[in-house]
Amino acid sequence: MKIIVCIKQVPDTTEIKLDPVTGTMIRDGVPSIMNPDDKGGLEMALALKDKYGAHVTVITMGPPQADDILREAFAMGADRAIHLSDRKFAGADTLATSNAIAGALRVLDYDLIITGRQAIDGDTAQVGPQIAEHLDLPQVTYVEDLQFDGEKTFTIRKSTEEGYQMLQVEGPCIVTVLATANKARYMSVRGIVEAYDREVEVWNYNNISVDEAKLGLNGSPTRVWKSFTKGAKAAGKVFEMEPEEAANLIIEKLKEKFII
Amino acid sequence: MDKSQYKDVYVFIEQREGVIQKVAIELLGKARELADSLNEKVVAMLLGYEISDKAQELIAYGADVVLCADERELVQYTTEPYAQAITQIVHERKPSVVLIGATTIGRDLGPRLSARLETGLTADCTGLAISDDRELLMTRPAFGGNLMATIICKEHRPQMSTVRPGVMRAKPKDENRQGTVENVHIAFDKSKFKVKVLETIKEQKNRIDITEAKVLVSGGRGVGNAEGFEMLGKLAETLNAEVSSSRAMVDAGVMPHDRQVGQTGKTVRPDLYFAMGISGAIQHLAGMEESEFIIAINKDKYAPIFNTADLGIVGDVKKIVPLLTEKLAAMRK
Repeated sequence: MKIIVCIKQVPDTTEIKLDPVTGTMIRDGVPSIMNPDDKGGLEMALALKDKYGAHVTVITMGPPQADDILREAFAMGADRAIHLSDRKFAGADTLATSNAIAGALRVLDYDLIITGRQAIDGDTAQVGPQIAEHLDLPQVTYVEDLQFDGEKTFTIRKSTEEGYQMLQVEGPCIVTVLATANKARYMSVRGIVEAYDREVEVWNYNNISVDEAKLGLNGSPTRVWKSFTKGAKAAGKVFEMEPEEAANLIIEKLKEKFII
Repeated sequence: MDKSQYKDVYVFIEQREGVIQKVAIELLGKARELADSLNEKVVAMLLGYEISDKAQELIAYGADVVLCADERELVQYTTEPYAQAITQIVHERKPSVVLIGATTIGRDLGPRLSARLETGLTADCTGLAISDDRELLMTRPAFGGNLMATIICKEHRPQMSTVRPGVMRAKPKDENRQGTVENVHIAFDKSKFKVKVLETIKEQKNRIDITEAKVLVSGGRGVGNAEGFEMLGKLAETLNAEVSSSRAMVDAGVMPHDRQVGQTGKTVRPDLYFAMGISGAIQHLAGMEESEFIIAINKDKYAPIFNTADLGIVGDVKKIVPLLTEKLAAMRK
């Protein structure tokens, strides 16, 4: 079985601090990590490899420093790493990003493509299904568990608001995976040592199969029209009152805010 | 592309087992506002099987036209049949705007459609408006939630957006509103139906991640111990909320680390944050001050949390919380 896992390097948003005076984000010194849902997806691929013997390719699109997460994937057990990097890819929204990645996937072999559900820097959850559409593959999103019958069929547990769904699909297909699906393994010491000697293939536009007009800023239907910071808010009111009154006041506020 | 061919604001009406989801009603309310400023119509896309009796309700909530695709293939959601149905509707009718609820269904369907229709999709919008030149302005929190970005989709149609449940306000139901209902027959390509639903299970979900909770009941030193947190848990239950904690109570071993809000814990941005017996150290504030609405209860009227709270109450958490829980529980009955 051939599995391709799409991964992304993101700033660790849990490490982001706010400037106590201005209320703005302090970006300096925020570490970059492999997106948690993607790491869950990589673990799913490696678990399939352990059980059935699979070849696992990881692919990422991003600036040169994204090389780090590909090395990390090597150290966890990935077999091949591809780094999509070209000025032509820059300024892409989700659709243009998905076109670039789909362009690379078109020239690769796969039985299963895994992406994370969403990346913590954008939370859009769009790129996985968009890749699926470009490649005309069935998709299952919000995947919590995936079982393989050893032949062709995947039985998948998909998380929903009310519980879960059990779905069945044959490969090739795309699944988008939750970080909570499985606990990612640690990098092995030997893996870490070796990861830095292994070859990460750096691909540009010429390596992939896609119409150039669909890439980067030109291939992006959405644009940022303007961005602004949320105004700092003023302190609210403080009351000293009896518990009964306090409870009633809170309920009043909850109604006002449509919480209840 | 000739944008002038595209008009009207379309809403994907999400239903599950024939029950119209609240988010669809909320989107109709927003669509009504947008359509009014464009002087165009609100069109509800009602997809499902044996659901045509729901059409009138959609008119009452703001739709001018209900397109009803009543097909056996749409009895329950899977990506491909729904994507085919909406693609056909979009190709035939050319909507200017398509709004979709950002549920596990909408977030599966939306991006698939945007790629099929080769148009833009803005996820999880918190604001939607029409510009002077009649473009849809889609506002969403950008990275970290501190920055807001307004997105446009100027050269492509339809302009698509997903909106999380609870973000927009539904219009009051007006049984006297008039509208039309049209049946739409979908020409499916069944050879593309590859995902089979084996079963759909409803269960009491495990507690969700505190960063995803819409309401958080958070406790600090003033809550004191495990018993105190049990009390908060009961309040949280009445509000479908999650319980979180200040660092002090995690260090004391009362709460697990994954529930910790603050600089060394998680950064949360719920619609409502209760700071119960939390003094409001800067490290804690850093993790929660972006919450939409903050209610703080603390015995110490000089506690810094009151400078950040929208509503502050000087009082005893242990007296107020049980009363509040009791009143809310009574209201739910």
